[in-house]
Amino acid sequence: MRHVISAQVENRFGVLAHIAGLFAARGYNIESLAVGPTHDPSISRMTIVVTGSDRVLEQVNKQLNKLIDVIRVQDLTAEEHVERELVLLRVKSNPKTRGEIAQIAELFDARIVDVRPGAITLMIADTQDRITALTEMVRPYGIHELVRSGSLALART
Amino acid sequence: MTTETTPKPQHPPLEPATEGQVLSGAEILVQSLMRAGVDVAFGYPGGAIMDTFHFLNRSPIEFILSRHEQGATHMADGYARVTGKAGVVIVTSGPGATNTITGIATANMDSVPLVVITGQVPTTMVGNDAFQEADVVGITRPISKHNYLINDVRDVARVVREAFHIATTGRPGPVVIDFPKDVQQAQTAFHWPESVDIRGYRPDRLEKKISPSHPMVQKAAKAIMRAKRPVLYVGGGAVIAGASEEVTALARRCQIPVTTTLTGLGAFPEDDPLSLQMLGMHGTEYANYAVDQCDTIIAVGARFDDRVTGKIAEFMPQCECVIHIDIDPSSISKNIQVDIPITGDAKACLAALLELVEPTERSEWAEQVLAWKKHHPLREEFGDDEIHPQRVISAIDEIAGPDKITVTDVGQHQMWACHFITHLRPRSWLSSGGLGTMGYGLPAAIGAKVAAPDRAVWCISGDGGIQMNMQEMTTAALNEIAVKVAVLNNQYLGMVRQWQQLFYGRNYSYTCLRRRSICEKVCRDPGSGKCQAYLPNIVAMAEACGWQAQRVERRAGIRDAIQWAEETPGPVLLEFSVHREDNVWPMIPAGQGVKKMMRGMELI
Repeated sequence: MRHVISAQVENRFGVLAHIAGLFAARGYNIESLAVGPTHDPSISRMTIVVTGSDRVLEQVNKQLNKLIDVIRVQDLTAEEHVERELVLLRVKSNPKTRGEIAQIAELFDARIVDVRPGAITLMIADTQDRITALTEMVRPYGIHELVRSGSLALART
Repeated sequence: MTTETTPKPQHPPLEPATEGQVLSGAEILVQSLMRAGVDVAFGYPGGAIMDTFHFLNRSPIEFILSRHEQGATHMADGYARVTGKAGVVIVTSGPGATNTITGIATANMDSVPLVVITGQVPTTMVGNDAFQEADVVGITRPISKHNYLINDVRDVARVVREAFHIATTGRPGPVVIDFPKDVQQAQTAFHWPESVDIRGYRPDRLEKKISPSHPMVQKAAKAIMRAKRPVLYVGGGAVIAGASEEVTALARRCQIPVTTTLTGLGAFPEDDPLSLQMLGMHGTEYANYAVDQCDTIIAVGARFDDRVTGKIAEFMPQCECVIHIDIDPSSISKNIQVDIPITGDAKACLAALLELVEPTERSEWAEQVLAWKKHHPLREEFGDDEIHPQRVISAIDEIAGPDKITVTDVGQHQMWACHFITHLRPRSWLSSGGLGTMGYGLPAAIGAKVAAPDRAVWCISGDGGIQMNMQEMTTAALNEIAVKVAVLNNQYLGMVRQWQQLFYGRNYSYTCLRRRSICEKVCRDPGSGKCQAYLPNIVAMAEACGWQAQRVERRAGIRDAIQWAEETPGPVLLEFSVHREDNVWPMIPAGQGVKKMMRGMELI
């Protein structure tokens, strides 16, 4: 099962390495990891997406909690939460297809952030389903490159 | 007329620093150690830690100069296991630091509090492949409880304060402080923090919550009262928590037989009829039978490790209720699904339980356990006159008496020491359980003797293990640390040889320590007696290091030699030429269940 873990950690060097090492040493594969400071600059928030059985995830949570630099760990999967991911994708385009691609972008609330001869760059910040749907829609035009931020998630309360 | 002479060096003793006094980082570190109550430290100097050493010999801290940094780390470990205080190690950067790694990993696996201070190249050179540079924080990350690289001299006192707090609270463990040379030399005002506040580390929260009204404690008490065939399974956590009295009280009040893990030995007195001694791969038959038949298990500060459980699917098949008391939540439900988890300090948890449970009679179960103990004792009878390791250990146990501290290396002799030493008190048994570190014994015994100079400290070692940190014999002699060492020399790496005999068709591949370059690669006639002479001469080496030493080759000499060692002041080594191919029984082969228990060669 897919789990979204949100961890508040000390904003210090070495913390990311510690957490990555913890996952690697136990053979847990990280699907995505996003990290950045919070409104309190001494605290960073990490959103970690991992797949595994509930037992494996219970261990992951406990091991994360054991780290001195980890302040709080939440498994958001069981809670009400909002989750979004940011994706940039550069799609092949010509004067004929540009309009079609723009139309698709509009349908998905994606933004056109760059246009140049031969390519158009879209940005979408949405759920994984909608991102996948958009990607499938523009795939026939030819995707040059795609980059994902990894999921960001917050509990609703 | 005056005569000019070279002035003698003037290095006055270190006075305790006053609040706000401007000092170098190096002096702040030493002052902080003094404030943290450190009375002894172990280690080895070098380029990147010289500034700190400049203050060390003028401080009231006793410093034991080892002959290798691994030795120093095990000494600090031995000191910590006996006292419960953090053992302190001070070494230099690069190789000095990497030499401590085995010692740090050993302490980490067995939850031993250490504070290891490693010199580091100046911050301006970190990451530049500078001379004697190693990424100590990176290397120690997975084998320590926590680590620090001090970048700012203003952090030194706080880091030391936090390091001791982290090392000794919760589930204890080693903390590493990497200390760059320029930070040692920089100056700032000394401020010793009155309290520690680490927002990601609040072990006291767990400890405070436990009371008789705690729902899990109530559930556990009911389960214990209801159980027909309960077993207490007690690990090193009970020793660390100082919970022996509570374990003993619970066992006696509710008539629960007690088995301990290797690190838990001493948490429950083995002269009590309820004692089942050690369980697991080389546990007693009765301990393993009791666990196999139990309907309720109460695990206290133990972590269901693979040497205890064997094949998980066949472990405790009749057990209906697993109660697990542990301070480390990540140990609970890691290997075994737990029904009643109680996270907290073992002493507090058991004290809360004791307020709820009432005296219980379980005569049927007690009779069954006594019958197992009677019919399946640990065997020590041999129909010959040879020196068997079991005989030596029993003699040490008897002659050195109940007040001794026993330290071991790793291997067959370690298992025999588990069996044939009567473990009566906590913090009197030091052995590398989790990591299984050969070479642990001698230096850990030195640390133990420093911690308890008035108690007899016996290191039981093998000829393999003793050679791994033999250089520390010099340390013991020079510092007048009167440890007694019994080397059970079977001229093999005995435990590996035992496995080769049982599972690899007696192919003694590189386990014979008499092997020389002229031997055939595959020995056709192991133990035939045609082998080359044994090297080194262990007795001569001990004597060369300033020890008293004797070799014992006849059974009749065992007791006299041990008596002589006890009466001789200073460090003493006894080398016993023991039977070469004795095996440790019983044995449950790795990954098997109790049904596959082997009781001797005749049953294979």
